[in-house]
Amino acid sequence: MADLVGGVGCSHVPAVGAAIDKGTTDDPYWAPYFAKVGPARRWMAEVAPDVCIVVYNDHASAFGLEVIPTFALGLADDFPPADEGYGPRPVPPVVGHPDLAWHLAESLILDEFDLTLVNEMPVDHGLTVPLSVMFGTPEAWPCRVVPLLVNVVQYPPPTGRRCYRLGQAIRRAVESFEGDERVVVMGTGGMSHQLQAQRAGLINVDFDLAFLDRLVADPEGAAAIPHVEYLREAGSEAIELVMWLVMRGALPAGVREVYRATHVPTSNTHNGLLVLEPT
Amino acid sequence: MPAPREYDDIPGTFVFDGRRSRRGYGLNKFLMSLNDPANRDAFRADEAGYLDGFRLDEAQREAVLDRDWLGLLEVGGNVYYTYKLAACDGMTFQDLAGRQTGMSRDEFARMMLAGGRSIDGNRRTGEAAGGKG
Repeated sequence: MADLVGGVGCSHVPAVGAAIDKGTTDDPYWAPYFAKVGPARRWMAEVAPDVCIVVYNDHASAFGLEVIPTFALGLADDFPPADEGYGPRPVPPVVGHPDLAWHLAESLILDEFDLTLVNEMPVDHGLTVPLSVMFGTPEAWPCRVVPLLVNVVQYPPPTGRRCYRLGQAIRRAVESFEGDERVVVMGTGGMSHQLQAQRAGLINVDFDLAFLDRLVADPEGAAAIPHVEYLREAGSEAIELVMWLVMRGALPAGVREVYRATHVPTSNTHNGLLVLEPT
Repeated sequence: MPAPREYDDIPGTFVFDGRRSRRGYGLNKFLMSLNDPANRDAFRADEAGYLDGFRLDEAQREAVLDRDWLGLLEVGGNVYYTYKLAACDGMTFQDLAGRQTGMSRDEFARMMLAGGRSIDGNRRTGEAAGGKG
């Protein structure tokens, strides 16, 4: 039986990836943020998972508007970094775990989550920046990755509750996998940010901290937050936080908060980092 | 007319719903094509000619050629797609956001360093402004 050993929430800001790629993490702008990353990286290094299921959204890299899957699962042996319009990030290819991914596909679909299955796709900053945040700049990523995509670009994304229930189904699926893999689930994106139009630059730290408190202690309550509340209170792109609910759903009701850090600004975003373990 | 939505009163915000997606389909197809370096070269070499290969209306063509960053959203561009054009011009996401607010690059960066735009006064159109910046 595979073991779901932890959950990580992590923003996926392109500028954070650029700072890592360009080696500017010690610059005065970035140093305060990266100082907060250390404890999460050390936790990840100690836990040393065999696989990370990374819940993220594609940003017009693998999927355009032609086909818009609400949930999609990556089954491939590997996933190349995407050219998002400015050349691919200089990071290693992401190595998949087709055995676990196919098991997840079968389990989740028969558990009534109607996933789109993807055998070939590039992965963009939504997936690779959290890997860089958690693992730094290794020559090869130290674990395999199963990408789980959630549409949050074309309104409406799936509800928070649906994401939370999907996470619960992921836990059941992982626990029924005939392997001894240690699995971490990462929910990415958020926290408050608005990238567009006259209200761009919106940050709502109070909303974000209350969200984290609820996510940890009252996940059903957090799952009930309606879309309009994310949009209004935390910015149009903050709706990515529904992906953290997939991660939370994959953990049991009782969790230990191992680490929390937030930082503003990282580019236009209130950046969040959260590490949870099952109790 | 499509029914109003509960988020329509959020100021300065384009929620990319079906109304905007339908309006912007051809425009966003063009913008996503810039993921390919060969397409970026072709676009830079002959912007107007390159646009002929896509179904853009006149307002969308003008918004692209004029780099009307806020206007691109008004004619159906999604911000992530729009960023590909900005990146093609060497801009960062913060540059793009700043242009859309009408602030200078430095003003916008300073606002973010000071904690970002406050939610106070920015929840609803017509709300008494308390925290403009």
